Amino acid sequence: MQYAGGVDVGSTQTKAVVIDHARRIVGRSLIMTGANVVTAAQEAFQAALDDAVVREADIGYVIGTGYGRYKVTFGNDQVTEISCHARGAAHLFPGTRTVLDMGGQDTKAIRIGPNGDVVDFCMNDKCAAGTGRFLQAASFALEIPLSDLGTIALRAQRPVKISTTCTVFAESEVLSWAARGKKVEDILMGVHRSIAARSVALLTRVGVEEKVTFTGGVARNQAMVALLGELLQLEPQVGEEAHYMGSLGAALFALDRIQGSAAPVPGQTESAA
Amino acid sequence: MTVAETLIGRAHYEAGGLIRDWFARLNRAAERGEPAAYVFVMGSMAEVLQAFDLHLVFPEINSLQTAVRHVAHEYLGVAEDAGYSPDICGYVKADVATQIQSGRHPMGRIPKPSLAVATNACNTYVKWAEIWERMYKIPVMTFDIPGSRTALGGAAPGTAAFERDRRYVEHQLHELIAICERLTGRALDLDRLREVLGYTNRMAAAWRRVLELNRARPAPFNALVDGTVYLGVLNALRGTKEGAEYFDHLVEELEYKVATGTGTIAEERYRLLFVGVPCYPIFRRFHEMFADQGGVFVGSSYLWFATGGMDLGFQYDLSRPLESLSEGILLGVRHAGDAMLFQDQALIRQVDDLGADGIVYHPVKSCRTVSTGLAGSRKAVMQARDVQCLFIESDMMDRRVVSEAQLKNRIDAFFEGLESRRLRAVSGAAPA
Repeated sequence: MQYAGGVDVGSTQTKAVVIDHARRIVGRSLIMTGANVVTAAQEAFQAALDDAVVREADIGYVIGTGYGRYKVTFGNDQVTEISCHARGAAHLFPGTRTVLDMGGQDTKAIRIGPNGDVVDFCMNDKCAAGTGRFLQAASFALEIPLSDLGTIALRAQRPVKISTTCTVFAESEVLSWAARGKKVEDILMGVHRSIAARSVALLTRVGVEEKVTFTGGVARNQAMVALLGELLQLEPQVGEEAHYMGSLGAALFALDRIQGSAAPVPGQTESAA
Repeated sequence: MTVAETLIGRAHYEAGGLIRDWFARLNRAAERGEPAAYVFVMGSMAEVLQAFDLHLVFPEINSLQTAVRHVAHEYLGVAEDAGYSPDICGYVKADVATQIQSGRHPMGRIPKPSLAVATNACNTYVKWAEIWERMYKIPVMTFDIPGSRTALGGAAPGTAAFERDRRYVEHQLHELIAICERLTGRALDLDRLREVLGYTNRMAAAWRRVLELNRARPAPFNALVDGTVYLGVLNALRGTKEGAEYFDHLVEELEYKVATGTGTIAEERYRLLFVGVPCYPIFRRFHEMFADQGGVFVGSSYLWFATGGMDLGFQYDLSRPLESLSEGILLGVRHAGDAMLFQDQALIRQVDDLGADGIVYHPVKSCRTVSTGLAGSRKAVMQARDVQCLFIESDMMDRRVVSEAQLKNRIDAFFEGLESRRLRAVSGAAPA
């Protein structure tokens, strides 16, 4: 049996996925990217192989994606994470027309056409405002683990308003609210609202069409999911694989190559396995 | 040498020589203290100034040259140290730094202005010219050129409304002529003006032909890279014999390329339109990110507004030079303004006319005039035509806001979309 691999080398984390001929995920991994991007890609891919209990020799094709996609030295080709997230989302949630991917330094709004093509996309521009890095700044300032931020924020009753759009200044603004005696949950909800508002602005630029799928590491944050639902007046689709969506999309493109379909066909709609 | 060896690439070679010679003349003028007029590309009034044999200085071209030569950051730093904000026009700041440094420039020394001519085609022009007025106590003439005022287009020649606008421009031309006569101590020579207008006529007719030739597949020139080179000559040598001869040669070269099916890259896969101002800090690399994937810019809004509307191919009537000049200025500058104010309909026509597969919108941080309406224009064009669009932001001068990795990522995704469309078209499936 031949397998396909996708490796998503992001600015913060590197994700790898192995899928089988039926497009089922059989292995995955997630590690911190760190300073050596080439090594991160190799280690993430090896960990996904170990998870799948599959030998490298059984992998027919590997596609790299993410900012470090050209550093996936063992890969066969590269596809941007814009196409990969669209592809992964359309695979797991057929009928997806809009994707919001929120990662460490990037937030992407992607509109998908009826036949699965990426019709339009829009990203945050040259600064990390409105991305996961903004949450990281708050996490650092308040000394709260990143994974707890959403849960705590959901307890907010009187959220503060975070006015800065600069990730660096966000830290001092968070600390200034804390110094004024505001509750941690209210400060955190303010941070979440600030990011969500910027993300919705990106979505508006490409045009929001249902169904909306939320991908990327920040999609695990329940407060962000709830806020997006509130601001968009709809329930975004979030799957357990949200964090791996880019690498899954890459693996799906890789499987296309093995199975002989023309490539790349970004965002092609198909039935979820 | 074969015909191909003689013709292909001649326009680049000749443009390099002409532009170097022009800067050398400016350098000599600076050393000798000869009078120079500072002008802008949108409404340079070159014909009047050439008729008085004044040296023409285009601060916009000086500024972009600092970016192309990778020293813009030094100039921006000097201006910012003098108090100019990082958020204002980079061209202005590079020029201010040039003035602060007594005309020091990578292409040679730039003479001080004896006169400045601006138009209302760009709101920054007006305040920019005021800087020189304060620095050098020189006369500044700011032309107020009536714009189209509606998306339906401006008043047509022959109508009463057009004639009112034209006369308004002609009155202002007389004011400029009076300033030039005081500055040079001599009266306007109408025969010399006719000679200059005749050269501009040749250049305008040739320029229109050049733009038409890019309908060919493959396109004979890249509107972003080659087009910007042609544009430099078009502006700097407007109304001159050398300029007219250059454009005659250019048409000959491009017609030969069309006849022989010679394109700009090995395989033209995608025909693209460029909207905005080029990314000069990484000018060559920016182009390569498209060319490497088979993308050729067949049209560019820059070749429209930055020529002051020369793409209209307007021909001056030499039997009534001032009247005709005012008509040409009105039509040209109005048309250049339309490139920024009423752009979408023209882009839709260009998509059809040039057979474009995609449009690249490139708003820049330091020019709000050309960037402000691009998001809306893009939406309007996408609604009217099923064409892939890319929206990438950087700058024309400031490398601090040019992120090559981010640009590359978006450009790659744009080509993935184009490729996807192409494959669907080949397989006969309906486009998205």
